[in-house]
Amino acid sequence: MQKQSSKRADDEVPNNMEEQIESSQRGKLRVKTESKASHEMTAEEVQAFPSCELLIVGGGPAGLAAAVSACDAGVTDILIIERDAVLGGILNQCIHNGFGLHTFKEELTGPEYAKRYEDMVKERNIDYELNTMTLDITPVSIDGVSAGCLVTTISKDQGLKRIFAQAIILAMGCRERPRGALNIPGNRGAGIFSAGTAQRFVNLEGEMPGSRVFILGSGDIGLIMARRMVLEGAKVLGVAELMPFSGGLKRNIVQCLDDFGIPLFLSHTVVDIKGKERVESVTIAQVDENMKPILGTEKEFEVDTLLLSCGLLPENELSAKAGIELSPTTKGALVDNSLQTSIPGIFACGNVLHVHDLVDYVSQEATLAGACAAQYLQERTAKSQDSCATEDSKAIVHVIAGNGVSYTVPSILRLEHLEETTTIRFRVRAVFSKAAIQVTLNGNELQTKKRPVMAPGEMEQVILKCENLLSALKRSRETGHLENILEISIVEGA
Amino acid sequence: MSQQSSCDSVLASQASNIYDVCIIGAGVVGASIARELSRYHASVVVLEKGEDVCTGTSKANSGIVHAGFDAHPGTLMARYNVEGARLMPTVCKDLDVPYVNNGSLVLCFDEENIPALQKPKEQGVKNGVDGLEILDAERLRELEPHVSPQAIAALWAPSAGIVDPFLLTVAFAENAADNGVEFRLNSQVVDVELPQKSLQDSLALYTVTYVDTTNPDTKEKSIRAKTVINAAGVFSGVFHNAILEKVKAHNDTTSFEITVAPAFNRDIEIVVRRGSYLLLDMNAQPKPIHTLFQLPTKLGKGILVTPTAHGNTLIGPTAVDIDNPEGTETSAEEIADVIGKAHKSFPEISLSSVITSFAGLRAHEVEHEFLVGMMCNGYFEAAGIESPGLTSAPAIALSLATEVGDYLNLERKKSFHPTRQGIVRFADKTPNEQGSLVDENPLYGQIICRCETVTEAEIVAACHRSIPVTTLDGIKRRVRAGMGRCQAGFCMPRVMEILARENDIPLEDVKKSGPSSRVLFHKTKEGK
Repeated sequence: MQKQSSKRADDEVPNNMEEQIESSQRGKLRVKTESKASHEMTAEEVQAFPSCELLIVGGGPAGLAAAVSACDAGVTDILIIERDAVLGGILNQCIHNGFGLHTFKEELTGPEYAKRYEDMVKERNIDYELNTMTLDITPVSIDGVSAGCLVTTISKDQGLKRIFAQAIILAMGCRERPRGALNIPGNRGAGIFSAGTAQRFVNLEGEMPGSRVFILGSGDIGLIMARRMVLEGAKVLGVAELMPFSGGLKRNIVQCLDDFGIPLFLSHTVVDIKGKERVESVTIAQVDENMKPILGTEKEFEVDTLLLSCGLLPENELSAKAGIELSPTTKGALVDNSLQTSIPGIFACGNVLHVHDLVDYVSQEATLAGACAAQYLQERTAKSQDSCATEDSKAIVHVIAGNGVSYTVPSILRLEHLEETTTIRFRVRAVFSKAAIQVTLNGNELQTKKRPVMAPGEMEQVILKCENLLSALKRSRETGHLENILEISIVEGA
Repeated sequence: MSQQSSCDSVLASQASNIYDVCIIGAGVVGASIARELSRYHASVVVLEKGEDVCTGTSKANSGIVHAGFDAHPGTLMARYNVEGARLMPTVCKDLDVPYVNNGSLVLCFDEENIPALQKPKEQGVKNGVDGLEILDAERLRELEPHVSPQAIAALWAPSAGIVDPFLLTVAFAENAADNGVEFRLNSQVVDVELPQKSLQDSLALYTVTYVDTTNPDTKEKSIRAKTVINAAGVFSGVFHNAILEKVKAHNDTTSFEITVAPAFNRDIEIVVRRGSYLLLDMNAQPKPIHTLFQLPTKLGKGILVTPTAHGNTLIGPTAVDIDNPEGTETSAEEIADVIGKAHKSFPEISLSSVITSFAGLRAHEVEHEFLVGMMCNGYFEAAGIESPGLTSAPAIALSLATEVGDYLNLERKKSFHPTRQGIVRFADKTPNEQGSLVDENPLYGQIICRCETVTEAEIVAACHRSIPVTTLDGIKRRVRAGMGRCQAGFCMPRVMEILARENDIPLEDVKKSGPSSRVLFHKTKEGK
């Protein structure tokens, strides 16, 4: 591991890239620092850098909504860093409709939805930098107290830049799971695309990546692309889904497959891809309850293209490098009810936190993150005069995923941040019908709500009322509970 | 001056299509021979059927610089392995190729097998491998903390290393081209004709016929050469046997007899042996430090777990003999086999960190020996080069080039440039160096591949070197764009745009690899 001297000249501020990659010295293996404590600097050192109050990594739907919300909550000095040439993120290539029903009470296309937020950002004169990649986030403390982060960015126009930000909102979004992660055997010719890459080719570049298509995975992008390819004149021969249920929204199954007569093969996977230079055929087979292909159930499709829509992964390389604690389930940061990560002053929202089904929920979550970041910045200023938090308001409640629930966001409730209502988002592990969502505190039922149908493809939520939670906590304390556990579980046969 | 004259000789050769040397194949062996021969005043042409150098065995292997204890003492394999391992650090330094001397460990899992570690050790000592040592469990864990608790002893070879096999091949080829060697890509040799004159005649010329793989309907082309070197990898046996047959036919019908060197005077059988691998994310922890082999037992040869020269973890290979010399597909069984056996050495390998699986082919000669040298006057071979072929390549090249040089009475040229400057990798630099790079060339400020932090400047640079690149795979092998955890999902459209722009070709003409590997079909709304 690299040694760090406690004092460095400004231009020698450590960067994780530097620590991670020591290979410029030939013959030496790269060493990765597993996680790092915040880097100690003096106030003078920090002042040498250009600064902002709040830096937002990513100018997609999450980053834009967070910026708008933080601005409305009184943060004046905000900077959005966006790696693409335009704001709006992945929405720019989602030219289908169905966005914004919750937020704007009307049906918009992806670019239209993005435009609404882009306009709000521009109306508020919020700063943003395009074509700029964030390379590193290093948490910084002054005199042992966390003070913010030093962010390294790079762009053609401005070169390498280091900015000191008092607070950060992570809004980097997610990426698609590649073929390698799925261990699909066969040849590795051209013609195998993640659905999002194909979507970019068709919708942004005006290029057709195939003419006879098979799709593995029934995630929403795959379903949308099935319809899109057909509309562009391609033939889509089918969609295979490993699970016995679809990973996408019900409405997409109906509108993108059923309406176009595209078969969906549930409990099927791709067992072979033929074609050395370009895909020539794809073979699927049914799988048993252990997800193992059943011999003799193979079906071969003569296609030139295989699209993969097998799940999305939050893009948290920067967060991991910064030392932020990540959830092994969501692969996103562990956050509390203010969407603050394990590092004070760093917040996360949108698909980088957990993969959402609807952009409306991303906007909602990001709006909360922006407001909480604003509150954090204001409290920090206030705290220096008056530190009044009582022991009671510092109490925390752990939120855990119970029966049938795969994860919850947030995973911690801090009572000091409790709003009038708290939304806890989660996904179920399997398809449930006639079930209910039950919330218990330390084993005692807090609330139960019937849900006729639930599926892993759709995000679920519970909304807790502050007063209910506080009175339950009080009762619980009276019975001697010290550690508070809020459990969300699915009750079947309700 | 001398450089001028060597350029002249190349131009003259291009005009007349007559060369001093014709090398068949631009894998690591052919490319390294080409580079060694570029030290001489000689016109050299390399015919490669792929769209790029490094498209066969050289592109899919373990990237290991073997210490040299595996091969039987006295074999060519043993000699070239140990010599190659010794040459490798200097070669990599001269050619700017990532090389790490990480050492290797042969792991032993059973008390009763500990004595079996003696055999490779003794072989290694006889072969001239330095520093071999048998470690007990405690020493083993000191050196390799995350090794399986079941590993109770190991043979440590501190001289072993790891190298980037793609960049090594590319670097050999680029340096050869910089020094005057001509590379003809997409040129598949279909026939080698013996000279019509006595081989002692200085005007005796081989005729090498090839087809343009990008346009198979065009007429066959041919060149003539004083010497031919068969470095055709998994196809080397085909060329060997064809020549042998032609020599026999020739000797039956012609007055002057062609003599075949005894070591080459047999039909050889190259079995295509497929090895499947899994590559793990660079961020997957913990990582092995050494290259971990498993001591071969009655149950099989085992597989290796190794870091790569770029810091990924690589596990594999399987060993499955197949009929198809281009059968690089993976199978579910082989992938499962790799995973199971890798866990035996390194239990903490996390499968959720696998970013890709691939398979490579080894040219396994049935007698398990390299064929290196002059087969008959003017016809040379580097055939049956399987593992440790990558390690051996520099030594095989040195030996063959010397032999060809002596045969043709070649003079060394003073203008030879032994060094090559690689493409400056943004990701390897400190932040301050990165800042300076962007100041000098703004294209360093545009990240194209986010997983491997590859900039536009690097991709553009790769397009304009002495071996041309027009494909996604060619870019991936040179600058690692698309090599990371998202496997080109993000950068593919961006890299294609750059390739189209820099090569001045339509986007639809940018291929993944070979001529049929088109990525895009046509513009939307344009129909077929």
